[in-house]
Amino acid sequence: MEVCPAKNKTEAKLKAINMRPQAPLRAAEHDNWNFFLGLPEVDRRKIKPGTLRQQQLLQPLFEFSGACAGCGETPYIKMVTQLFGDRMVVANATGCSSIYGGNLPTTPYATNKCGRGPTWCNSLFEDNAEFGLGFRVSLDQQKHFAGELLKKLAPQLGDDFVTAILTADQGDEAGIYSQRERVEALKKKLPAINNAESKLLIPLADQLVKKSVWIFGGDGWAYDIGYGGLDHVLASGQNVNVLVMDTEVYSNTGGQMSKSTPRGAIAKFAAGGKPAGKKDLGLIAMSYGNIYVASVAMGAKDEHTLKAFIEAESYPGPSLIIAYSHCIAHGIALDQGIGAKQQKLAVESGQWLLYRYDPRRTERGENPLQLDSTAAKAKVSDFMMSENRFKMLTKSKPEDAKKFMAQSQVEADRRWKFYQFMSQRDTKVENAPVPAPKPTTAVDA
Amino acid sequence: MDLSTKYLGLKLRTPLVISASPLSEDVDNLKRMEDAGASAIVLYSLFEEQLRQDRLELNKNLQQGTDSFAEALTYFPEPDEFRLGPEEYLKHIAAAKKATRIPIIASLNGSSAGGWTEYAKKIQEAGADALELNIYYIPTDMNLSGAAVEDTYINILKAVKSQVTIPVSVKLSPFFSSFANMAKRLDQAGANGLVLFNRFYQPDIELETLEVKPNILLSTPMAMRLPLRWIALLHGRVNASLAATSGIHRASDALKMLMAGADVTMLCSTIIRHGIPQIAMIERDLVDWMEEHEYESVSQLKGSLSQKNCAEPAAFERAQYMKALTGYSLAQA
Repeated sequence: MEVCPAKNKTEAKLKAINMRPQAPLRAAEHDNWNFFLGLPEVDRRKIKPGTLRQQQLLQPLFEFSGACAGCGETPYIKMVTQLFGDRMVVANATGCSSIYGGNLPTTPYATNKCGRGPTWCNSLFEDNAEFGLGFRVSLDQQKHFAGELLKKLAPQLGDDFVTAILTADQGDEAGIYSQRERVEALKKKLPAINNAESKLLIPLADQLVKKSVWIFGGDGWAYDIGYGGLDHVLASGQNVNVLVMDTEVYSNTGGQMSKSTPRGAIAKFAAGGKPAGKKDLGLIAMSYGNIYVASVAMGAKDEHTLKAFIEAESYPGPSLIIAYSHCIAHGIALDQGIGAKQQKLAVESGQWLLYRYDPRRTERGENPLQLDSTAAKAKVSDFMMSENRFKMLTKSKPEDAKKFMAQSQVEADRRWKFYQFMSQRDTKVENAPVPAPKPTTAVDA
Repeated sequence: MDLSTKYLGLKLRTPLVISASPLSEDVDNLKRMEDAGASAIVLYSLFEEQLRQDRLELNKNLQQGTDSFAEALTYFPEPDEFRLGPEEYLKHIAAAKKATRIPIIASLNGSSAGGWTEYAKKIQEAGADALELNIYYIPTDMNLSGAAVEDTYINILKAVKSQVTIPVSVKLSPFFSSFANMAKRLDQAGANGLVLFNRFYQPDIELETLEVKPNILLSTPMAMRLPLRWIALLHGRVNASLAATSGIHRASDALKMLMAGADVTMLCSTIIRHGIPQIAMIERDLVDWMEEHEYESVSQLKGSLSQKNCAEPAAFERAQYMKALTGYSLAQA
């Protein structure tokens, strides 16, 4: 139990939930579990998803994944399924997330009582972004076609009804709920019409409800093998959401170096410590100007992660979220539940930055980049020495380790200054173009 | 002004010695300390427990999760060799000797009977001028008697002394039932010096997070009262050299310790707080005071206010609560 903030008043080691040997508890917990499952879910329309306390009440549609104990990736997936799981479509690159995400014949992706849940499929390392883009194009085309059919059926369905469906505001849960009700009503009306258009529309009607397209993968996919395709998809301007679960190493195949691996970390193919620095994927994406980009670390600032997910999803173009994910291949005591602590230290030392780049801000005359990290409170070497992927080098090549730590500190200082400058610079331009439409989901600043 | 003193049989230019701290991990710092006037330096401690912990931790991390998935049987490359022994420390001793001309005193904290002697021998071979045994542990076992704890100290000292020819000092905590007797036993067992006292890092409780946290605080001048008393009591009664450590921040603190009977005064917190040039400042102030008060040498004032030589020997023994407390009056709100 790592993140639970509650502590017992008389025995501080006890929290709200405590780990105990399972066997003697199984019978009693069986009943408790059934009681728990019988509890009603909260009404999504009444929840403010931008507030972590309320958001965490939403039903997760990802459970019992079979990932390593203490995995740093699965909390992000759980959160995203809570937010958008009942209408999301996921293209998942090969890697850890495709293994624990599709441990066939079972799957951790679940459905709610209405039968809605994430639609998930795994593709290859080298084409997953394109695979996800295909979902988007296909869904858009189906929605477009459904809209065309709907217009042709206006005489039978009524103009007001058709207009209500086609112009529905689906910017929040209430809007989506209402649209689902309209589509259900539509599906009930269509069989009675019984013409060519209505027959074609029946299997397409559900596409009139907003779908959220997600592209999942690790750094091996996003920074390396799938990078060309990812870049292509981000540049397409299409409304896809990319979640990079950045463990800074090829985790699933056993810890090979990727271009995300930080300088000085030991990995396979970098047994002497990686000599080059980490690629700044976020900065490359920001250079397009029309991509929503966020760098998050849930263990360091969970509210920030939540905000980034909601903003990314609401942005009507490509979004890229780079999520720091602690990993078994970092050489940390995950069995003692220190993953979140490591994320916090990564951020506090300046080794990992928190930021959000929202192109909608540019259109409002604001600087698009918001640097959400504070200035470093610890040294990068404090962080590095707390993880064996770096510390091991001090035992095999101490001089190199020392050199890498010094270089990493300089890089962290420079990176902080650069991002600070970028976030503070004046970006207002005379005769700026007409502002784009407002975001479809409001997020408290 | 003759500031010279003798410690562990080593002739030192001044009594200002640097005690073990992370500052000595850097050879450049050692040179800077010598340039600022340090007469000898005790290196940071070699912790056997830490070496063992590193080995266990590394092994655990190399093995962690390797039985989980057929696709990944390991998560780290295995270099041909990990240097998990004392090699780095021994190399550091050699580098320190090469970089400076002042005596370099190594510091060792063993955790096994074999560890104390094995590492002590290696430290001598690496070129250390002397060895400080940092016997640092908290006896929490309720079945362990005070006598057994004391015997452990004596046995460690004897074992190490049988293996090395360089002088050996023992850094002690004040927590013995009869400290004077303990000092005498160590003296008789062959300790060349007693370093009084070790400061243990005391845990603290974090009220907001309800966690116990080690709280590392630098010493304040108040910390010197305890070693001052015991140095004054031991001066002239043991053959071993006496080193004062804890709370020596200014020349006046060093003077008091010397007058109580210390052969050297060890500096640490004040240097961490004010920087290495502080050593020169303390030496300058020391000389100024001695000139002003017409002293000729450190040896002249050393022990001049020890229990043996001071006007009121009982002052070092009495608790004097009443007299001390009656000096205060209730603060006005």
